[in-house]
Amino acid sequence: MRSRDGERGPGLTGWLRGSVKAVLAVEGVSFEVPRREIFGILGPNGSGKSTLIRILSTLVLQDSGTCRIFGLDVNRDSMEVRRHINRVSVDAAFFKKLSAWENLSYAARLYSIPVREARVQVIGILGEMGFAQDRIDEPLENMSRGMQQKVAIARALFTSPVLLLMDEPTTGLDPVSKRQVQDYTLSVRNNNDATVLLTTHDMDEAQRVCDRIAIIHHGRFIAVGTVPELKVQAGCEGGTLEDVFFEMTGKDLAHADLETEEGGRIQ
Amino acid sequence: MNSLSSELRASLAFVERNFNLARRYASWEIIFISWNVVHALTIGLIGVSMAGDDPDKVQKSVTFLIVGAVLWNFLRLLFFEVADAIAWERWEGTIEYTFMAPVHRLTHLAGQCIYAIVYGFLRSGIVLASSMVFFDLSFSAGNLVTAAVVLAASSLSFLGLGLMAAVFPLLSPEKGARATDIIGTLFLLISGVYYDVSVLPDWLRPLSTISPGTYALRSIRAALLDGASISHVSGDLWILLVTGTVMVPLGLWIFHIAEVYAKKTGRLKRSG
Repeated sequence: MRSRDGERGPGLTGWLRGSVKAVLAVEGVSFEVPRREIFGILGPNGSGKSTLIRILSTLVLQDSGTCRIFGLDVNRDSMEVRRHINRVSVDAAFFKKLSAWENLSYAARLYSIPVREARVQVIGILGEMGFAQDRIDEPLENMSRGMQQKVAIARALFTSPVLLLMDEPTTGLDPVSKRQVQDYTLSVRNNNDATVLLTTHDMDEAQRVCDRIAIIHHGRFIAVGTVPELKVQAGCEGGTLEDVFFEMTGKDLAHADLETEEGGRIQ
Repeated sequence: MNSLSSELRASLAFVERNFNLARRYASWEIIFISWNVVHALTIGLIGVSMAGDDPDKVQKSVTFLIVGAVLWNFLRLLFFEVADAIAWERWEGTIEYTFMAPVHRLTHLAGQCIYAIVYGFLRSGIVLASSMVFFDLSFSAGNLVTAAVVLAASSLSFLGLGLMAAVFPLLSPEKGARATDIIGTLFLLISGVYYDVSVLPDWLRPLSTISPGTYALRSIRAALLDGASISHVSGDLWILLVTGTVMVPLGLWIFHIAEVYAKKTGRLKRSG
């Protein structure tokens, strides 16, 4: 990560010991993201994208290497880091019996945001994503996945994070919702001065939203750059980002989906 | 000061969230409370049937059992509400969001403990009030101050035990909640909730000495049934105070160690 003081971490390693075997999830990953950049991470399932996001979210302690966010070490200064970041994951994890607002007011208290102020912000954010205001007090279990994901995005954004970690935020959304989330991600960067780390499977999304993209495979970054730079690196200047991905990972995304999140192939 | 008030507000977030959940699961709450009331009444009626025709003996027997049922209901709630805090977040899939919030774990767990105490009082209060009406019980001869002091002291121990038990679902999403249940049930057996621990088999009786519930039940019964003063129960009270003073920080420390381990091994992940 690029920190405010410009320090560069030597790389991250994460041995995750599961009940059956230890998995080398992320290895030798080293990168910097300047402020206000939307940095995309493309990779098949099990390539280490989510582990990387979890390390940055202070939820996983890496075995070696350092990771700094705006000059703060994610392990040593974890409490301070948490004040500056927030995360949207692929699954909208909520107390589903509670209403959207009950979930968000809980988050507001955790982030020391006055609840009234939070409600105004939340209504504004949800409104921009096409979420009907009158449904904010309905239990989340009554809402579609797309609506739940919009609430998840509102939860991450109303805390005004300086770094927004988005882990496949549009997976499973319909095209309209997907476009609304992408537009909002761009507006957060433009209007809130936020830096965004976005993992995705969606090549169009990566191309549309990200300033630079890293391709991760088997826990390692195998290429980093803008889309034109990646095309040059892959030797397919006339091709699409998908062609770049196939060329670099040696597989297509349909087959990549057969992999488990831990990286082992389903037999 | 600002920091302290913001931590306090954050701890109240857990209290508010849990009460919201209880409200949303209102039908289950009604079922649980009804079950607790019926259970206490059934236990009391066993006391009536066993005590014979002597009204004083009946009153004493029923009071002995109802005090056990209500107190255990309260202490059990303290234990499980704290211990299940993590298990609940596992089920809902929110654990990662709670753990990445800028809130000290002490604040998080303090919020769970405050909720457990308030919720425990409300639910056990309903059971006690129902039992008093049903059996026409009165504690006018009891020493309520002693009972309250013993209750506060014993609460600390059970909150500490709950903090330790919360580690199981943190480390093992599948088996953790079951491990918590086993521990809770074991305390029911060895603490003398519905009988004096002297009736336990010789090989099991020594275990009753490690349960704070044994001292809490003995002292509160002495206070409510015999009007014992604080000085009369001071031996048990000291044990409870020392145990509670040790158990709460010990529970927090064990939880911290487990959290670090869970983060090193990637066990906070939703799917476990």
